[in-house]
Amino acid sequence: MQDTLINIHNLSKHYSIGGGQFSALKNVDLKINAGDFMGLVGPSGSGKTTLLNVIGALDSPSEGSVEVLKLKIENISAKQAAKLRKEKLGFIFQTYNLLPVYNVYENIEFPLLLLQLSSTQRKDLVMQALEWVGLLDKVKSKPAQLSGGECQRVAIARAMVKKPQVVLADEPTANLDARNSHNILQTMEKLNQLLGTTFIFATHDAKVIGYLKRKVTLIDGRVEEDITLPPRGPQC
Amino acid sequence: MLIFKLAYRNIKGAGIRTWLNVVVLSLAFVLIIFSQGMIDGMNEQIITTMQDTEIGGGQYWHHLFDPYDQFTIEDGHGELPVKLQELVNKRLATPMLWVPGSIFPDRRVQAVVLKGIDVDQTIIQLPSDKLKINDKNIIPALIGTRMAKQTKLKIGDFVTARWRDKDGTFDATDVKIVHIMSTLAPRMDSQQIWLPISTLRQMIDGKGHATVLTLKKDIGPVPIVDKWIHRDLNYLLKEIRALIKSKRVSTLIFYGILFGMGLLAIFDTQVLAIFHRKKEIGTLMALGMGRWSVISLFTLEGSLHGVLAYLLGAIYGVPLLVYTSTTGIPLPEITDEMGIAMGSTLYTRYGIPVLLATMLILFLTVVFISFLPTKSIVKLKPTDALRGKMA
Repeated sequence: MQDTLINIHNLSKHYSIGGGQFSALKNVDLKINAGDFMGLVGPSGSGKTTLLNVIGALDSPSEGSVEVLKLKIENISAKQAAKLRKEKLGFIFQTYNLLPVYNVYENIEFPLLLLQLSSTQRKDLVMQALEWVGLLDKVKSKPAQLSGGECQRVAIARAMVKKPQVVLADEPTANLDARNSHNILQTMEKLNQLLGTTFIFATHDAKVIGYLKRKVTLIDGRVEEDITLPPRGPQC
Repeated sequence: MLIFKLAYRNIKGAGIRTWLNVVVLSLAFVLIIFSQGMIDGMNEQIITTMQDTEIGGGQYWHHLFDPYDQFTIEDGHGELPVKLQELVNKRLATPMLWVPGSIFPDRRVQAVVLKGIDVDQTIIQLPSDKLKINDKNIIPALIGTRMAKQTKLKIGDFVTARWRDKDGTFDATDVKIVHIMSTLAPRMDSQQIWLPISTLRQMIDGKGHATVLTLKKDIGPVPIVDKWIHRDLNYLLKEIRALIKSKRVSTLIFYGILFGMGLLAIFDTQVLAIFHRKKEIGTLMALGMGRWSVISLFTLEGSLHGVLAYLLGAIYGVPLLVYTSTTGIPLPEITDEMGIAMGSTLYTRYGIPVLLATMLILFLTVVFISFLPTKSIVKLKPTDALRGKMA
């Protein structure tokens, strides 16, 4: 039996807009296991990113309970949330969110600096992460000197370098062409198999869906479908 | 330690953005300190010039003399007592004799004060040695540029001077303009004509008479003398100090405007830079950086900008400030015409306490305006900061 890393029960998230209230998530129940390679799928406004943000302790639930790695998100302090993100979670953003003044090496090294690892440990881990994403030749480049695909690979390396238990990826291929999208997804699939890291995607990109092992469809903030997908066949 | 490392890395990595920020900050720092030095220098110079050209280290006034009452000038003089004459003999003081009179330049009458001065005096900055001439048939006279302009008199011109002798009878003689001096002090120039004191004493038949005795600067304790009132620097500078004090409000407004402009530049560079980096702040928080770590990082970055701005400012600011305080800034003639005895050159002055206080205030301001916007941004949810939502 697989370990449950994330347990979501009856989660609702409401926002005040103007004088009224908008519900981004409505009574969501979900269990996410260790090693999952799953996607939150649905049209724009269906609540994918909101759910990802709540799981990542970037946002808090309005109702219900969200337990991530045995921590109740609705009860944790900002400090505990920061600690959870620093130690256990990795984030990949649609717009990469690389630190513009740092080079590739420094961007990937950043989470390790927060963990206060020694410079030798940091160097080993950064070089390993660079190898995973195939960017060993771009160590000194700044984000502005990289293509979109390369930037997203740096973002993956940054999310993976500390070997987190869960990686949350919000539309990671939205700004990439098909070739780069497949490269990125293959890299993440490889890391999922290699390290057993749980990947949770928020996406409506068919290319991403093609790689998922599990698909959770959200419509108007509700879970409409939760299915396990058959393994992909060999790629041409 | 991590925060220092990250702040250093951010500053180094930002490259041109860092230097633009630092240049603007350093300009604001230097401008504010320079303007402060200019205002202080101006105030100090007004007092120094007044001492050099007019009041020396203090004065004795004849007990009947009141410079604010024209009617006292006629009788406000008398023979110098022995104790004061000793000061004159030791060259620690110089007498001046004031006699009300008139001159008739270009067939017009003009009221003047005939002022007698020792041709060999060195106590005040007045070219009295120009009154030393060899021709005993001519009475030499010295006027200032303002007086020359008012009367249209030139060097070599003769002008008739009229006065009352000790019996109250009008007497007159022609005097020759031998020199036109450029003096910093309007009160030593307008509506007055300088003659050798020995000649003026003869003209009024007042042997050894004087109205005012001007003491050498830093003379120390002086004797108390009957019928001669000692006026120390506190008394003589009372008016100018009151003027400076009354100008303090306008000076403060001027300083406030300059300070505000400087702060605006600092505010612009720091605050805009931080708001521009909202998404970066959100990313840092998403990567697991705590709120106070983010605040510390950005505040430290701002503070390091301040330190770099001081270092850069020192490179070009110190030579500039030293140059303006030693060589001075030439002033336009208009300042002379404003009636302020300030000189043709303004020397800036930088008092160490004021300098340090200004630097400290500016530095704390930079720290504060680096801290404040970051604090409000990290109050946002990381999701809002990531979206670049306004705090």
